[in-house]
Amino acid sequence: MVRPQDPARPAAGAPKNRTASGTAAAVTAAALIAAPALSAAAPAAAETADGADTLTVAASQPVDSLSPFLAQRLISTSIHRLAYDYLTNYDPETNETIPGLAESWKTSDDGLTWTYTIRDDATWSDGESVTAEDVAWTYTTMTEDESAATANGTFVANFEDVEAVDDSTVRIELKQPQATMLALDIPIVPEHIWKDIGDLGSFNNDEDFPIVGSGPFVITGHEPNQSITLEANEDYWRDPPEFDRLVFRYMPEQDAQVEALRAGEISFVSGLTPAQADALKDTEGVTVNTGDGKRFQGFTVNPGAATRDGEEFGDGHPALKDRVLRRAIMRALDKDEIVENVYGGYAQAADGYIPARYDTYHWTPRESQRLDFDPGAANRMLDEAGYERGDDGVRVSPDGDRLKLRMHVHNDRPDYVAMGKLMAERLGDIGIEIDNRTVDPGVLSDALHAGEYDLIFTGWTVNPDPDYVLGIHTCDALPSEPGTMRSDSYFCNEDYDRLYERQLATYDDPQARAETVERMQRILYEEAVVNVLTYADTLEAYRSDQIASIQVQPDPGGNIWGQDGHWSWSSAVPAADSQAGADVPVWALAGLGAVVLVAVGGGVYAMRRRAASAEDRE
Amino acid sequence: MDTPSGAGRPAAGPTARRGRPGLHPAVRYLGGRVLTAVVSLLAVMVTSFFLFRVLPGDPVAALTQGRSVSVDQLEAMRRDFGLDQPLPQQFVDYCLGMMTLDFGMSYQYRVPVSELIAERLGPTLLLAGTGTVIAAVLGLVLGTRSGWRRGSLMDRVDTGIALTLWSVPSFWLGLLLIVLLASGAGLFPTSGMSSPGVEGTFAVALDVAHHMVLPVATMVAVVYAQYMMIMRSSVLDEMGADYLTTARAKGLRDAVVLRRHAVPNALLPTVTLIFLNLGRVVSGVILIETVFAWPGLGSLFYSGLRVPDLPIVQALFVVFAGSVIIMNLLADLVYPLLDPRVRT
Repeated sequence: MVRPQDPARPAAGAPKNRTASGTAAAVTAAALIAAPALSAAAPAAAETADGADTLTVAASQPVDSLSPFLAQRLISTSIHRLAYDYLTNYDPETNETIPGLAESWKTSDDGLTWTYTIRDDATWSDGESVTAEDVAWTYTTMTEDESAATANGTFVANFEDVEAVDDSTVRIELKQPQATMLALDIPIVPEHIWKDIGDLGSFNNDEDFPIVGSGPFVITGHEPNQSITLEANEDYWRDPPEFDRLVFRYMPEQDAQVEALRAGEISFVSGLTPAQADALKDTEGVTVNTGDGKRFQGFTVNPGAATRDGEEFGDGHPALKDRVLRRAIMRALDKDEIVENVYGGYAQAADGYIPARYDTYHWTPRESQRLDFDPGAANRMLDEAGYERGDDGVRVSPDGDRLKLRMHVHNDRPDYVAMGKLMAERLGDIGIEIDNRTVDPGVLSDALHAGEYDLIFTGWTVNPDPDYVLGIHTCDALPSEPGTMRSDSYFCNEDYDRLYERQLATYDDPQARAETVERMQRILYEEAVVNVLTYADTLEAYRSDQIASIQVQPDPGGNIWGQDGHWSWSSAVPAADSQAGADVPVWALAGLGAVVLVAVGGGVYAMRRRAASAEDRE
Repeated sequence: MDTPSGAGRPAAGPTARRGRPGLHPAVRYLGGRVLTAVVSLLAVMVTSFFLFRVLPGDPVAALTQGRSVSVDQLEAMRRDFGLDQPLPQQFVDYCLGMMTLDFGMSYQYRVPVSELIAERLGPTLLLAGTGTVIAAVLGLVLGTRSGWRRGSLMDRVDTGIALTLWSVPSFWLGLLLIVLLASGAGLFPTSGMSSPGVEGTFAVALDVAHHMVLPVATMVAVVYAQYMMIMRSSVLDEMGADYLTTARAKGLRDAVVLRRHAVPNALLPTVTLIFLNLGRVVSGVILIETVFAWPGLGSLFYSGLRVPDLPIVQALFVVFAGSVIIMNLLADLVYPLLDPRVRT
């Protein structure tokens, strides 16, 4: 196996004569392997061999399940939005509810009975028509079969009864009024396919392709952990998509995604960092899209962890029960500095809990209510409240507790880490010492559930209907016993709870509901337990030489990936002469040819030399 | 993570037990090795269960993070995963499962873990196997030359290059290659194992080979130094040996002395290393698989750790450690064939 006379050298810089044959062999091998580059180079470009316009999207997560009853990850639910229709949908420009499978709906006076009329021009991709029975079956299955409730069970937990009155009418009876009846994000599945499936808890819907659905695209292939392919559904009742094919390619590494975009192998990347967005801005054939974020970034303060029954637990700093201290903390933080230093300007300084892109519900404090950056004011507040500075400059609470606060930061989120450092500095300025614990999210979650933290980072993606993110701060969301909390703060406020009930009851009066929701945000802001710092922009980029135009949501200023609806992909228009960016350049071909020639020549020469010296060796 | 006891040269080999009556020494040697392997494997199994339960984080909370879920749903998931059982009960279930090679259901993918492993084993063996073979051959050849001509310019340059690459982080080198050769020069695909829509055995093979070049090159570049340095030092060890002088005195050419006499003796430690690394082939090259989106076991482990998806990480831990143990055992068994001194 080891033949010293025939060494392969990978690098230059040594005597050439003895190594000629080795080098030649190595280069020949490399050339052979690289050869497919000439024939099969980057077929993933916009136009594939069969002439179909293909849009390739980089996915950062693998798909967890293709079953609408089980799928929880954004990649999977985004694919379901393409492959299945929903009762209602959201307008691409305004986020407002628009008809989906239901073309109209009405409610009873008590809000407990909802009647939806199902459109008659929707068909499943196998030709059957979509009926009220399919809708009723989907919802009923979720209420009856626990494993079918895995993904979207919260939507139907309050359903008393679902009935298909006739082919085009569905009636839902509720136990209590529910705000999300026009925002039921549940893919409707075909009963005739799904009714024979035994165990919904272990059925991943990834065996029979194409998968029967009713959306603008049909799922036609799945290479686990590699890619998912969808083809346009020409019979879709809205306008069928312009692209013939849509491929989601799993690429866990963000930098590798950006490189693939540069190479033209993929058409779209999302979740860019500010640095990547800046770099891509100057790349030819690439368009960067900056959208208002759906997420907020912030932190919560431990106001004293307690269960619903009032049993206290955990070891939060006792002084944090004091609203003055919490508000002083907020006045010490410079949100504009965070926007500039952490997000490179790609964010908005935040006040209200609901991001600015949802202008119906977004709230901004009035001038007199604002807790803006003002270290002088923060210091005065603390001085007046009796927090005196110790010899080391760190304040001590009136009860004698030194203000040293633990701050838990997710170590897998660079923006949080940078934000944490800035916060530690700013709080130091007002005499609060920060014990910065940048840790694994698992450690962080354990600390939260045990109530063993002081400040902890958080962030939520907010849906067009804000019910859920508001609900997690009601007293009801407190744990029934220590360690079982589903929220991210131990916030409990009677006024807030009353308003929460009211916004639920005013589901049919958007104006009144928006006012209530704004008052709730004001309470959160003033109590300063749940603190929002920024709404980071969504940074995305696509190849403008493959995609001529694409819908953002909301329009203008919206995002492309993770929309509420299928608009971006169903409306994207292929570029007229979609150019594959990854064609092998001429100079590379010439270079490769030269290398192969030299290698072959060298090989022949070396063989002759060896033959000549063969006798000598024996 | 791996490399349990009993690695490397059988230092506490049969000689230590020589003289006891009864079994044939070879059987005793064999029996001892197998027994050690079995005990190690059991220890790994037990460790695996507890190790990952010490990991912070609640799988159910992690899986549902940022989604609207009710307390009932959380409890249902916990029941589904068997996490509502007391720990001893979970341990018993786990052990019984392991005995029958039933690794349980993955929390996040909801398929049996054994299916996942079977699916991912191929790509990992292909990538890491190819990489290991190339790195070993390259390392042996370069190491032999460097050792034989110690101190020469060639030795210094080769060693320098190898050690520089050895100290380069693999994900960084991978990205660099992507930037230069894939998106830059456009010679190779940036990631993945195959292109969609390629059909025909030969075309698919070419396509996969094409996708493999960069990840394999990255892996070889980063690991070949260890084979090279071990081979180099074992050749150096043999340099002064009397039998080489004898061989030269017979009038053999220098190259023949090296090939027929020095190399066979110097190979022993390197062979052990190769066997150990063959065991590690299965665990793949996590970072390289991640950078190149290679659908192997390494990226499966990575995705399992993030949750933590206990059935996946437990099973993979056992599989990874088990393959090292088995390769170790094989190395021990092959050793007597290569080195008569161990046979006794």
